Amino acid sequence: MRRFLIPLGLFVVLVGFLAWGLKPGYDPHEVPSPLINKPAPNFDLTQLADPKLKFSPQEMRGRVWLLNVWASWCVSCREEAPVLMRFAQSGAAPLYGLDYKDKRDDAQAWLARFGNPYVLNAFDGDGRVGINYGVYGVPETYVIDKAGIIRYKQIGPVTDAALRDKILPLLKELNQ
Amino acid sequence: MKTVMALLFALLASGTLLAREAAPLAADVAVEKRMVAITSVMRCLVCQNESLAASQADLAVDLRREIREMIKQGKTDKQIRDFMVNRYGDFVLYRPPMMASTYLLWFGPFLLLAFGLAGLVVYLRRRGAQLEEKDLSAAEIRRAEELLRQQEAGR
Repeated sequence: MRRFLIPLGLFVVLVGFLAWGLKPGYDPHEVPSPLINKPAPNFDLTQLADPKLKFSPQEMRGRVWLLNVWASWCVSCREEAPVLMRFAQSGAAPLYGLDYKDKRDDAQAWLARFGNPYVLNAFDGDGRVGINYGVYGVPETYVIDKAGIIRYKQIGPVTDAALRDKILPLLKELNQ
Repeated sequence: MKTVMALLFALLASGTLLAREAAPLAADVAVEKRMVAITSVMRCLVCQNESLAASQADLAVDLRREIREMIKQGKTDKQIRDFMVNRYGDFVLYRPPMMASTYLLWFGPFLLLAFGLAGLVVYLRRRGAQLEEKDLSAAEIRRAEELLRQQEAGR
């Protein structure tokens, strides 16, 4: 009898590891960002709508805001668009866009087609600012507090569940 | 002969074409070598089972460009590694740093080896004890002789 206990024990441990890997909501592609609780990298980019105008996160000091990284070539951004639309209408926090590695015309056409929830978009054509933000999969969304510190990063599309469970409670807390 | 010459010419021409296409990559051999040395021990964030040196993902191409530029600016390997870790975390390093949370990762294999060796020693000792030759008791000797006799008789 005891002979079977050891393999059985090992089997249970193995099943435990496998179950851990299959945990719902676990995405091995998701890498925790080292930028959480660090200052949001500064940039000074032209705006998507008007190359003569600029945008820098410095302007957002004293406000809690969201920076959403998107692109016209990004398929899951389409999935995210209606959620962001609803979020923008709720007025919970201003939503700014970072148009990442894109072409201006394509991006404008995309906004016309899928809706424009953004206060404005900064245009990061060569993706350099994206690199500073550690972007590795578009869409990504950053919650930045009044002091310019990144407090949360959503990797992949913003979902209703992510808004309800993480982003909205965090915004409430930061705005207090 | 003419066709052979033409073919040869075409081959030569295509060779130079290919060479021209590859030129920007190998523009500076020393920079390229250092870049590859640094990126081949880093993970590509997009396709995580590929090194940053080997990946053709857009982000990997951009990051190699950034690293090339940093090398040209005279940044040290450590500065470049820090640049990457600051943005993507220790996850980009194929050799994670030694710290409390990675002790198990670094020493786990040795721990398993120690367990295996301990198991082996226990097993060998136990088997050795079983195999030790024991003198037969008088009753056993009688029984053995009995069996041998029966076998003889049966034959």
